[in-house]
Amino acid sequence: MIEVVSTERCVSCDVCIAVCPTNVFEAGPGGIPVIARQSDCQTCFMCEAHCPADALFVAPHTHPVPADSPLRDEEHLAGTGLLGSYRRELGWGRGRKPGARLAVGPELRPAAT
Amino acid sequence: MINLDLTADVVVVGGGPAGTWAALTAAEAGADVLLLDKGYCGTSGPTASGGTGVWYVQPDPEEREKAMASREKLGGFLQDRRWMARVLDQTYENMNRLEAEARYPFPIVDGVPHKRGVQGPEYMRRMRSWIKRAGVRVLDHSPVTELLVDGTGTVAGVRGHRRQHGTGYRVRAGAVVLATGGCAFLSKALGCDVATGDGALFAAEAGAEMSGMEFSTAYAIAPAFTSVTKTAYYGFATFFRGDGTWLEGAGSQGGRSVIAKELLRTGTVLCQIDRATPEQQRQMRLGQPNFFLTFDRLGINPFTEKFPVTLLLEGTVRGTGGIRIIADDCATTVPGLYAAGDAATRELVCGAFTGGGSHNSAWAMSSGTFAGRGAAAFATALGATANRRRLTGVGEAGIQRPFDRTDALDVIRREVHPYDKNYLRTASRLEPALAHLDAVWDGRRGGAVATGGDLPGVRQAAAMVAHARWMYTSALARTESRGMARREEFPRLDPNQYHRLTVGGLDRLWTRPETVTGRELAVAS
Repeated sequence: MIEVVSTERCVSCDVCIAVCPTNVFEAGPGGIPVIARQSDCQTCFMCEAHCPADALFVAPHTHPVPADSPLRDEEHLAGTGLLGSYRRELGWGRGRKPGARLAVGPELRPAAT
Repeated sequence: MINLDLTADVVVVGGGPAGTWAALTAAEAGADVLLLDKGYCGTSGPTASGGTGVWYVQPDPEEREKAMASREKLGGFLQDRRWMARVLDQTYENMNRLEAEARYPFPIVDGVPHKRGVQGPEYMRRMRSWIKRAGVRVLDHSPVTELLVDGTGTVAGVRGHRRQHGTGYRVRAGAVVLATGGCAFLSKALGCDVATGDGALFAAEAGAEMSGMEFSTAYAIAPAFTSVTKTAYYGFATFFRGDGTWLEGAGSQGGRSVIAKELLRTGTVLCQIDRATPEQQRQMRLGQPNFFLTFDRLGINPFTEKFPVTLLLEGTVRGTGGIRIIADDCATTVPGLYAAGDAATRELVCGAFTGGGSHNSAWAMSSGTFAGRGAAAFATALGATANRRRLTGVGEAGIQRPFDRTDALDVIRREVHPYDKNYLRTASRLEPALAHLDAVWDGRRGGAVATGGDLPGVRQAAAMVAHARWMYTSALARTESRGMARREEFPRLDPNQYHRLTVGGLDRLWTRPETVTGRELAVAS
């Protein structure tokens, strides 16, 4: 679920409010969106992919992580390179090559009959 | 209260692949098109957040024949050869347009663009900007809550709610395309929580029928307590019991029921993706970067470590059941109403077996194209009379009569999510589950008529209960095992049940066998 909105990184574009398919965010004070309905989050990572400032982090769990989890610790996430990692792999952002250009997976095993 | 009153030649409900192709095609046919997404067109639905193979086959007779024949046995021979051929044609054309006109950056393999798959976020971002360039108006965060019909029962518009504005809206339309997706019952399978079967409910209230709803037992593998359901890569995995011993027979294909049974028995199944070569491991990361989101963030190396897995319900998203279509333009039995993508039955191309991945994505873009063209033609034929019709809402549960959302969500969790009811199906468990669902549908215990911002949630809950009742009613009517519709007490295919099953009704459900069409082209091969 969405766990982090970085006040420091956020550029107040409100893109996350627009793109979240389950309407999790609300406009917040000082232009920083707030996680208003975390339980509606479907852990699809779309907000993170669309955030131009790598200010959002979605933990892979479909339930909230504990308050002291490293997945809520912005410093840890930035230090390990996890913050912004999905956007980097998608190749989204200025000067990046789209990941789709490289997306050739392995030949899958044929369906069993 | 109606705060926004709009008109359009064609309304498209849903902004995933089927909806965007429908909108594009209708706009190119000259229609004034309004696309309504309950979330955000470009991120909503399982395609946008995932990635998918595409049934893209060169127009070579031999290759096409091989492609059509490959899954026919799995699909219980319920596919329609003529439809398969036209979907292959349309998909080929659409994928080429996606490269040429939407500038989708396909990978280059051996000097040519590799069009047998798309990365979800990139695909849907480009579809959104493409339809806007084509003149389609898009309203995001605007769930439809019911269809509107004219005095003859012809669908003539929609009503809904703009959840980020807190206002209602109404659209008068010449025709409506339902591209609302399948139903995954809020299981948190990747990107699927917007897929609550809304369109099927709307269609049924207007008088439409469903087909193939017994083919709805899809469950996907995901690391436990997470959302990323990329079952294909688990073809490279080995599965283990909680104590680390090998779980014999378990697999992503053919052995998923073994996983379900072990999860029911002990609650734990472990997995390790230990059968991929280093080169395949590298390709997996390039092919589906989102597959690794979970592992990277949990600090797990899936190739060398065992991790717990679960099965998440994908219902009719990966099943093949949906709104029955009766003509080449994806018309339903209700005039003015068209269905595309996972909202429609995919039996025509997938038969009784999951259309997951390539077939569903080909179906989405092709049926979207057919439906968009059909809806535009229907609206054009109405001419100026389209906007002079008296409109009546046909929404029932939660609108004309009370419906209890809390009870509905509870009965879905208890009677539809569990593997021993919806996956490992048998009459002794299906019948009581259906009775519970019926009781919530009847709503004798209360609930309320919803308005404003509460209405979409109540209608989604009603759609899921209706969906489950059609699924179980069809499952009980098919007393054999065909494709993914397996019955524990009838493990074999019964040649006397070689038909499709239509199901319909809201309060009193009925089923009707349907002759399989489009087999005359299936020469013995």
